[in-house]
Amino acid sequence: MSKELIRLKDVSMTFDGDTVLDNMNIYFNDKEFLTLLGPSGCGKTTTLRIIGGFLVPTSGDVFFDGVRINDVPPYLRQVNTVFQKYALFPHLNVYDNVAFGLRIPKSVDEGGTDINSESSGRGKRKKSKKVKLSKDEIDQRVQEMLEVVSLKGFEKRTVSSLSGGQQQRVAIARALVNRPKVLLLDEPLGALDMRLRKDMQQELKRIQQQMGITFIYVTHDQEEALAMSDTVVVMNNGKIQQIGTPEDIYNEPKNAFVADFIGESNIVDGIMRADRLVEIFGRQFQCVDSGFEKDEPVDVVIRPEDVDIVDVTQGALTGLVTSVTFKGMHYDIIVDFKGFKWLIETTDFCPVGSHIGIKLDPDSFHVMKKSEYSGMYGDYSSYSAEYDEISDAEYQEEESVDEEEYYES
Amino acid sequence: MKAKAFAYPYIFWMALFVVAPILIIVVYAFTSSTGSLTLDNFTSMGGSYLTVFGRSFLLAFIATAICLLIGYPVAHALAKEKSRLQGMIVMIIMLPMWMNFLLRTYSWMSILENTGLLNRFFAAIGLFDLINAISGFINNTFGTHLSTDLEYFEMINTQGAVVLGMVYNYLPFMILPIYSVILKIDSSYLEAARDLGAPPRTVFRKVVFPLSLSGVLSGITMVFVPAVSTFVISDLLGGAKIMLLGNLIQMQFLGGTYNPHLGSAIALVMMIVVIICMTIMNKFGAEEEQAVMF
Ligand SMILES: Nc1ncnc2c1ncn2[C@@H]1O[C@H](COP(=O)(O)OP(=O)(O)OP(=O)(O)O)[C@@H](O)[C@H]1O
Ligand SMILES: [Mg+2]
Repeated sequence: MSKELIRLKDVSMTFDGDTVLDNMNIYFNDKEFLTLLGPSGCGKTTTLRIIGGFLVPTSGDVFFDGVRINDVPPYLRQVNTVFQKYALFPHLNVYDNVAFGLRIPKSVDEGGTDINSESSGRGKRKKSKKVKLSKDEIDQRVQEMLEVVSLKGFEKRTVSSLSGGQQQRVAIARALVNRPKVLLLDEPLGALDMRLRKDMQQELKRIQQQMGITFIYVTHDQEEALAMSDTVVVMNNGKIQQIGTPEDIYNEPKNAFVADFIGESNIVDGIMRADRLVEIFGRQFQCVDSGFEKDEPVDVVIRPEDVDIVDVTQGALTGLVTSVTFKGMHYDIIVDFKGFKWLIETTDFCPVGSHIGIKLDPDSFHVMKKSEYSGMYGDYSSYSAEYDEISDAEYQEEESVDEEEYYES
Repeated sequence: MKAKAFAYPYIFWMALFVVAPILIIVVYAFTSSTGSLTLDNFTSMGGSYLTVFGRSFLLAFIATAICLLIGYPVAHALAKEKSRLQGMIVMIIMLPMWMNFLLRTYSWMSILENTGLLNRFFAAIGLFDLINAISGFINNTFGTHLSTDLEYFEMINTQGAVVLGMVYNYLPFMILPIYSVILKIDSSYLEAARDLGAPPRTVFRKVVFPLSLSGVLSGITMVFVPAVSTFVISDLLGGAKIMLLGNLIQMQFLGGTYNPHLGSAIALVMMIVVIICMTIMNKFGAEEEQAVMF
């Protein structure tokens, strides 16, 4: 599980002076399901293209199994890609699209191992001869793969006659049928509806485990990333923000960007008064974080589901409900604390305009060091006047806040 | 309803300028000069007519093949060259097309003539002297009787000259459709092929070429059809010796052997043969697309 397969070392990518990847360092383990997660334009596809061999990084190195592969062309890499826009061959039917890779004669080592299963094709080109798969073997593998993506019976269909979801599954089959060591998937489920998407998520996960292939998966859907991955890499602006297991990323976000991007987060300014003692809104709370300087300004993340609503007289903080959305399992309510709006998930109905109190357990706080993203995220009103107001505000006792202020926003 | 109304001018146009002329030709082809229905126009086409038919199709075929052999690589290279250079080269290819067709062909005449530019150039560099000397030497040594008074290559009024004229005039019609089709091939297909293990040559064979076939087919059509019916090129570069269908038809309408009924019949037969050729080719092309996969 933990054998390193691919490594990007100090990889930067610049297009016309535009830095798209900024000094990326990351490694991918064998048989791992790793997800690159980030907003549109953060460089996810660019990263995949570098691994696939379609882009040569402006600086830095790409290693495969310890060998530098910067100059190895895509067709010699043991990597296959499911492209963001499928790129199915329009002149071929479903069957021939899937069989495309199998019909290309592959170099075979003297030892007789397939290029896809052992160590050739990585630049150091050994003595090799071309070997073609037999028609029967191709047919068997194509049928097998069509079965996996539930497209049996679609062999003769032209790709243009398929729905978006079917096309996507052909693209997955076309890549997987080659049994690559690494499969790169660029938002492969983007075009699918919710249900099919969920099914395919499980299907992909199953295929990955069954075939023992490393998946490098790109998505900007954080739920998908958390549900499927062994490791999640959160990116923004060409920089890696955090690498970790889904649990790590969710429970211990490194900065305000990650906290905001993964799940819902209320992020407020706080001050570490001591180990395990954080102050927000002028109130001190027990928490579980330590290791900060005394009186260090910090960002404090409070997840909406970690907030307990109590009677206004018993609340550590009190606020005014300004909006309620029914979500099926629960209500999303927006609560105004001195102009700073929190999102709280609750199963109790709290009507708009009611005052509520909240209680916070020590482990509902997650304290983060200040970063370049501090103050940019985590307020559930439109980012306007009150964001400034909050960060500059002198914290006062919340009881003294008068009614007028509630309605300003 | 409205859409239909918009189509009326088009239908009218088609009827007037496409259907009507063909009908007139058909009527002429099946009637005699007295106006009576007859098949004589067709039955009288034998012997030398067949030779002309054969020659026309053969020369047009050769010219089309040469155009394809030159045009495809040029179009392919052009489509891959991504820069201002690309636009310039396309311009240069287009440029001769803006010059008068006759003028272009006349200039080839003066280049290919016995006392033309090319022969004078060969004479100037002493090519003929050299050949004559070699022939003389061979005659002396082996007692053969090779001529030693070569003064020019006979280039004008040959089939080669006609083919050259066709290639020169129609090459852009081959390059441009292929070029525009290749240009439109989404680069993601090429990337997908490379990703699936195809080396550059396989990418070309299995993806680029099949996807550019429609351009090739229209290129072939656009070269072959005018080439098979040309009369100017064969007139100027082939002289009286290389008579093509175009000349034959022209003679029936404007020449001394005025007979528009026979001319129409020849034109009709030519049209039918061309249509058959194109149909077979398109069918073959469609199958080729399939065949490339294996
Ligand atoms: N060939 C290129 N030339 C110039 N700029 C490019 C090129 N390819 C990508 N970029 C730029 O690099 C940035 C990152 O692009 P990339 O495709 O990697 O984003 P992404 O994370 O995959 O986004 P999305 O989720 O929208 O697919 C974008 O700003 C894009 O405009
Ligand atoms: Mg992308």
